[in-house]
Amino acid sequence: MIGWLDTILQGLMLGGLYALFATGLSLTFGVMRLVNIAHGDLSILAAYLALVIVQHFGVSPFLSLIAVVPLMAIIGYALQTFLLNDTLGDDILPPLLVTFGLSIVLQNGLMEVFSADSRGLSVGEVQTASLPLGGGIAVGVFPAITLAAAIVVLALMSWLFNSTSLGRALRATSDDQSTAQLMGIDNRRLYAVAMAIAMAVVAVAGVFLAIRTTFDPTSGPARLLYAFEAVIIGGLGSLWGTLAGGMVLGVAQTIGFALSPAWGIAVGHIAFLVVLLIRPNGLFPRTRDA
Amino acid sequence: MSLLEVNSLSAFYGDFQALFDVDFRAEAGRATAIIGANGAGKSTFLRAVAGFQSPPDEAIRFDGEAIGALKPSRVVGRGVALVPEGRRLFPSLSVEENLKIGGYCGRRGGWTLERVYGLFPVLQERRDAPATALSGGQQQMVAIGRALMGNPRLLMCDEISLGLAPIVIRDIYAALPAILSEGVALVIVEQDIGQALSVAEDVYCFQGGRVTLQGKASDLSRDAISAAYFGV
Repeated sequence: MIGWLDTILQGLMLGGLYALFATGLSLTFGVMRLVNIAHGDLSILAAYLALVIVQHFGVSPFLSLIAVVPLMAIIGYALQTFLLNDTLGDDILPPLLVTFGLSIVLQNGLMEVFSADSRGLSVGEVQTASLPLGGGIAVGVFPAITLAAAIVVLALMSWLFNSTSLGRALRATSDDQSTAQLMGIDNRRLYAVAMAIAMAVVAVAGVFLAIRTTFDPTSGPARLLYAFEAVIIGGLGSLWGTLAGGMVLGVAQTIGFALSPAWGIAVGHIAFLVVLLIRPNGLFPRTRDA
Repeated sequence: MSLLEVNSLSAFYGDFQALFDVDFRAEAGRATAIIGANGAGKSTFLRAVAGFQSPPDEAIRFDGEAIGALKPSRVVGRGVALVPEGRRLFPSLSVEENLKIGGYCGRRGGWTLERVYGLFPVLQERRDAPATALSGGQQQMVAIGRALMGNPRLLMCDEISLGLAPIVIRDIYAALPAILSEGVALVIVEQDIGQALSVAEDVYCFQGGRVTLQGKASDLSRDAISAAYFGV
């Protein structure tokens, strides 16, 4: 019994990591209908950036976020301004193809620079430390930090979207970009800002992933898949739904792994399909839409 | 010099030409009506002035400056606002948020949230409701208020009476004199001739993408307007 409770707890915290991955994806799709196939690879790029900083300056990976987050935001802004904005239009195919190409370029570029070796980031004792919750149950300190980071990020995003002028502009553009331009919103610039925010969140996701597990240049696509699943399970356009989606996926995977190490990932996918069958719009679809 | 001067404006949707050499003037403090049947090019004309077409820069002059080539997001910053056909409110924003985003362009002037609520008191009661939960007439008020929040010098209204009950239309048109008294140039597109002529001093009639008649509302006979409207 305690074993299962422990498994579910692990899954919930893993869900925090998935939510971090999913948030950026959900944001870019929501605001500009851009499905970013290179999303996972960009998170791995962030992980390598952190690796370089950690190796050069000997700082903790957590501290490296101070540099990696703004760096990734700048990369996102530039990427949208100089490449992705030109792919957006009535046809959904160009952005898919271009980001698919970008994914390949990133994987091979990272392979060239860093080789195919698996890397990891270490945060020392925190990595293995655990907090006893009593009753024989303990949670890892690092997974708990990950979940806390996800909640903080989502709370910040929620505040940004609901309580700031920028957030209003993002929602309005998501609703109707043509009418948003009538309000004086420069949609191309706004898209660049949205991508910058998405990449800032992806930087956090990439670094936490790199601490949790090892990564190599080809680790991106699997991250993209989980991020997609978390977004769809949670319901498109719902921030906290994304966290719920990540948790459903995380719990399903850890239960799967507990049953048999070969089944972990598959059980996650099955949970995704089951949610799709029962609630095709996800658990918390945005309800304000007309 | 007129506030808005449009000279031989043409507009295209792909290979289809929707406007042919349209000349148009709108004056500060006056209402100008554009009437015409469906497909006459009225909405295309307003959207072109708002920046959604890319005519030569000189084709559209606003307050003496050429604005034809500006993007829509820049045109509104100059003081040109459009109340689009079908209202086009943002469904994920509340009534108040829809009004606030009208001020996104940052133009200063006399219009504030309080004054818009003063003009349309019913909106204040529903300020926190999703904009699309309102009745059609109330939604039209939000759309007009949203445009006013950008403190425009030229306000263009596209079919603001479409699909509304006569009594609601009367309420909305009752707000227009207050807007005009601020010195705003008002351009009203309507299919309903009587409604348009009730406020407008100048009239343009569009047919098949061309101006077929123009003049002072008081000088034009109903027969002349009908002839220009239907092209018979």
